Amino acid sequence: MSVKVRIPSQLRQLTSNESVVEIDPGPVGGIIMELENMHPGIAERLLDNGEVRRFVNIYVDGDDIRFEDGLDTEVADGSEVSIVPAVAGG
Amino acid sequence: MAATAESLRCKECGRTYPLKALFVCEFCFGPLEVAYDYEKIRRRATKERIAAGPASLWRYADFLPVNGKPAVDLQAGYTPLVSAPRLAAELGLKKLWVKNDTANPTHSFKDRVVTVALTRALEMGFGVVACASTGNLANSVAAHAAASGTEAFVFVPADLEIQKIIATAIYGINVVKVRGNYDDVNRLCTEITSDKNWAFVNVNVRPYYAEGSKTLAFETAEQLGWRAPDKVVVPVASGSLLTKIHKGFWELGEVGLIRRKQPVVCGAQAEGCGPVAAAFKEGLEHVRPVKPSTIAKSLAIGNPADGVFALEAARQTGGVIESVSEQEIVDGIRLLARTTGIFTETAGGVTTAVMAKLAAQGKIHPQDETVLYITGDGLKTLDAVAGTISTFEIDPVLSQFEEQVLQEHVEVINET
Repeated sequence: MSVKVRIPSQLRQLTSNESVVEIDPGPVGGIIMELENMHPGIAERLLDNGEVRRFVNIYVDGDDIRFEDGLDTEVADGSEVSIVPAVAGG
Repeated sequence: MAATAESLRCKECGRTYPLKALFVCEFCFGPLEVAYDYEKIRRRATKERIAAGPASLWRYADFLPVNGKPAVDLQAGYTPLVSAPRLAAELGLKKLWVKNDTANPTHSFKDRVVTVALTRALEMGFGVVACASTGNLANSVAAHAAASGTEAFVFVPADLEIQKIIATAIYGINVVKVRGNYDDVNRLCTEITSDKNWAFVNVNVRPYYAEGSKTLAFETAEQLGWRAPDKVVVPVASGSLLTKIHKGFWELGEVGLIRRKQPVVCGAQAEGCGPVAAAFKEGLEHVRPVKPSTIAKSLAIGNPADGVFALEAARQTGGVIESVSEQEIVDGIRLLARTTGIFTETAGGVTTAVMAKLAAQGKIHPQDETVLYITGDGLKTLDAVAGTISTFEIDPVLSQFEEQVLQEHVEVINET
């Protein structure tokens, strides 16, 4: 029972260079809190006043959570969460 | 060493970083931008030195974030600024110019950013270049990689116009068609960047890459006799181009090459992918991502990285970000072609149509000196207008010419 969270290079110094962290299924917000318990400091980098920072994109199985239920988006067993910097492309 | 660039600085929180292959602030994920020593630029970049430089954007090397000579120069930039009196008359305007960036080596403005990005990437020691592209960037990266003998991977949406796929693959580099839209391609490339030591020109090399677009402002000012126009109309995809044109005019004022004057910056999007225009209309400070659906594929970025900065530039200068329908895009392409002799791809149809709309709304005044930025060639998106053209077809017989062509022609003339 777990979901894979893909960590971008910018945050890997907080995860001892791990690029994938496995966490129990649940809403995205809960998964971030669990990440914070495992790797303190990470939540502050992703959230600002309880919202996803404007230059951070979070995807569940490739779908932007802004098109789903935001931090309440449920992540099922076996799914993948990707944390990706927004400032790319064009 | 010619460098005038000093550091990378986060546009969000101001933290600074060394001039490496970094693109986001490690603290807040804000975008990094190149910061310069403007005193140094002011001392070096005289009008005489620029005039004596090459007939390419490299005449403005003092304003670009590289150390030495261009690694590859296909002569991008220094494209014509064309007076457009017939288009102006049609729109009720008086002083209108078209910056014709279809005249670049791979027929879009992307050659500007790529020559800078590739030069910087090779300076930083990368052996492979790559990009996420809606097509024009792919064409340009492929050509510049081929010319410099650099290994390249370009990632494009699988449903891209066939012309753009062919005009990329022909250079013998690796083309990866991704089954998804541009935003999917972009996400994939950003994830690849975390794991591969490749220079993704618009991901980890993006701060350097984006600076190439400033040269559109520099050239415009130089071609007008070292002054800024009143208004500019610029297409918006990621928002980077508009933001950098704005920055380019500011820099010229800052180093004393023109009298300080910030042109009113107007942005153009398609209704089928207009997240920045929507945010502008609703007065929002952020941009809500959309799922693109438009023939203007080179502008089809639903989650624009520099959307908020494009909004800021437009608001700060008293400009507008407006959007147009699919029909207006096609009409825009035709209008530009028949009044200026310039055939643009769909993005230029968007830009022309938005300018027409702003002129009709009185947001561009007749006496405003306006520059329309046409950033890509119409041969790249032939399908968009294929159904709208008409031709004559006859046997090689004089009577058919007289009856079917001249006769019809007379009718057409009489009707108008």
